[in-house]
Amino acid sequence: MNTLSLILRQVVNGLQSGSIYALVALGYSMVYGIIMLLNFAHGDIIMVGAYAAWFCLCGFAGNPILAIIAAIFVCVLLGVSIEKVAYAPLRQSPRLSLLITAIGVSYLLENLAQLVFGAGAKSMPSFMPTSTISIGSIDVSWTAIITLIVTAISMAALTLLVKKSKMGKAMRAVSEDTGAAQLMGINVNRTISFTFALGSALAGIASVLYCAAYPQATPTMGSMLGLKAFVAAVLGGIGSIPGAMVGGLAIGLAEAMVSAVGLSVWKDGIVFAILIVVLLVKPTGIMGHEIQEKV
Amino acid sequence: MKKVLCTVLAVVMAFVCFAGCSAPAAEGGNEAVGSAASGDTIKVGLLGPYTGDLAVYGLAVKNGATLYFDKVNAEGGINGKKIELISYDNKGDDAEAINAFNREVDEGITAFIGDVITSNTIAVAGEANAVNMPMITASATAEAVTVNPDDGSVYTNVFRTCFIDPFQGEKMAQYANEKLGYTRAAVIVQTGNDYAAGLNEAFKAKCEELGMTIVAEEGYAKGDKDFNAQLTNIKAADPEFIFCPNYYEDDGMIVKQARALGLTVPFLGGDGWDGVVKYASAEELEGTFYCSAYAPGSTDAVKAFEEAYTAAYGTDTLNMFAANAYDAAMVMCAALAKAEETGEAPASDAYKQAVIDAIKTEGASVVGITSEAGYTFDANNNPIKDAVIMTITNGEAVYKETF
Repeated sequence: MNTLSLILRQVVNGLQSGSIYALVALGYSMVYGIIMLLNFAHGDIIMVGAYAAWFCLCGFAGNPILAIIAAIFVCVLLGVSIEKVAYAPLRQSPRLSLLITAIGVSYLLENLAQLVFGAGAKSMPSFMPTSTISIGSIDVSWTAIITLIVTAISMAALTLLVKKSKMGKAMRAVSEDTGAAQLMGINVNRTISFTFALGSALAGIASVLYCAAYPQATPTMGSMLGLKAFVAAVLGGIGSIPGAMVGGLAIGLAEAMVSAVGLSVWKDGIVFAILIVVLLVKPTGIMGHEIQEKV
Repeated sequence: MKKVLCTVLAVVMAFVCFAGCSAPAAEGGNEAVGSAASGDTIKVGLLGPYTGDLAVYGLAVKNGATLYFDKVNAEGGINGKKIELISYDNKGDDAEAINAFNREVDEGITAFIGDVITSNTIAVAGEANAVNMPMITASATAEAVTVNPDDGSVYTNVFRTCFIDPFQGEKMAQYANEKLGYTRAAVIVQTGNDYAAGLNEAFKAKCEELGMTIVAEEGYAKGDKDFNAQLTNIKAADPEFIFCPNYYEDDGMIVKQARALGLTVPFLGGDGWDGVVKYASAEELEGTFYCSAYAPGSTDAVKAFEEAYTAAYGTDTLNMFAANAYDAAMVMCAALAKAEETGEAPASDAYKQAVIDAIKTEGASVVGITSEAGYTFDANNNPIKDAVIMTITNGEAVYKETF
């Protein structure tokens, strides 16, 4: 394998993991955009989605379509109920209370999964073609290609939804000014629930793609994935949808490149170093816009 | 006057009391020395957790060792002397273990098989060293067992028949080189994990010694699920095999991703691979090798042992610990037989020293059930012995050979 194809191969690796980070980062970003909450339970929603997919694949004759639908459905249901049960009552409280609640929900989900499924990893039966195809001089797995395609479609659909639909318009309005949006007759509660549902649906898609690439479900799988997606969201500019996509891909590529130069042990360190640098140099991220504090 | 009488009476009573206490002890002591001097029996101590949640290990060691000692006794003993076993339950507790050990020493043991779990064994090893008691543990794998933690010196009297973790790395390097004929290795290892790092260091050192090249060494952090980047580097380095000394969940994931990348070379690992078959498909795992200490039903010797053990104790505790304990008893008996040649009395200091010396010299000639190559002890009293090589075919771990 020559150097060029090695680099190309690492780029594919980076894009594959980056797409998953991007899908998760979108959930973070949208929720932050609308209620200024860092939803740290978001990673664990993916974990629950992965278990849902695993349950379907093992329990119901391994139908992959059913598994994908189940994962998305469970994630949406969970995301919306967490919002209703844990976050909605605290909407008027200080933002710190919300943040702490989010961390609490995260621990609750992790330990609940451990209680129900055990601490060991559940092996996911393979549900995507495992073969590879040659593009130029490199072999690319079908899983990587499917991941990239599904991510691209999801993002395009999301952009359309936010830009063109009525609900998308409401989301943008609530995100800009909740009070004014309410005065204009927008149902804020419904809009927030919709945002959570949308973010969780993306998390469901991410969980299926994640399981296709890394076929194990563990109770703590969401925590590191969630943290890295959070870094991606901050890097892209938290609250910004295109920013989350760019940030996710950038983090994925950065990880692959760090490994490519032989520093794989430092992978996680580099990701969090990026977070520190972004917060110091440009806290609004690549695509975030300056927020004027009202005085 | 009355006061004086009282005092005298009290003193007399106290004296009688002490005398009463000490007399049987002295007698007991005399008896132990007497019987040892008369040369009827050789007393061997056993110790382990026989109750509680660690009992499965303790009982396995006790039964395994007893099985061999009984066999020796049935065949006439050592130099005409029967082996008398003294065994106490330490309940898995360090303080309890030390007390029980000292009690056994008081009862006149000449040699000691134990302790079972690592922390108890470390506690007892210090005590055993103080009285220069020949000691073989069948199950404690921590390096600290044979080494004095205070000054780093080796406890000359403490041995073991189980291998320590890093030894597996050495074995696999040797196996890859001598049996499989490989010279180019790649390594993928979880950093910050003592088990994996220990195997890795030993593997690399042995590779260097054997003239093999490590073409790529990649690390990953705990909890990582994506190994594509590391495996891409490994693929680019074109190794003949990959040494992967990690635990089975990671191993399964690594193999899966390697195969998806078109990396077809075989994987080698340590006993952390046991259980991997649930985490990757049969095709992906085909041709994998890992080492283990014991494989049920692998050789004729193991089968014979299992049959005898089952007949005596059932199958509940029939495991690696029982097999290693059987071998520990075997090494100890070989050493005792050698020590008998000196003509010293059992339990005497000279006799114990002779046993310790004999463990080192005789170990290599013992054909154990888990090590046909015997037990040669290195500078730290860790055994250089056979390992069981397992291979995965058709999605099942099967015994390949004893190496």
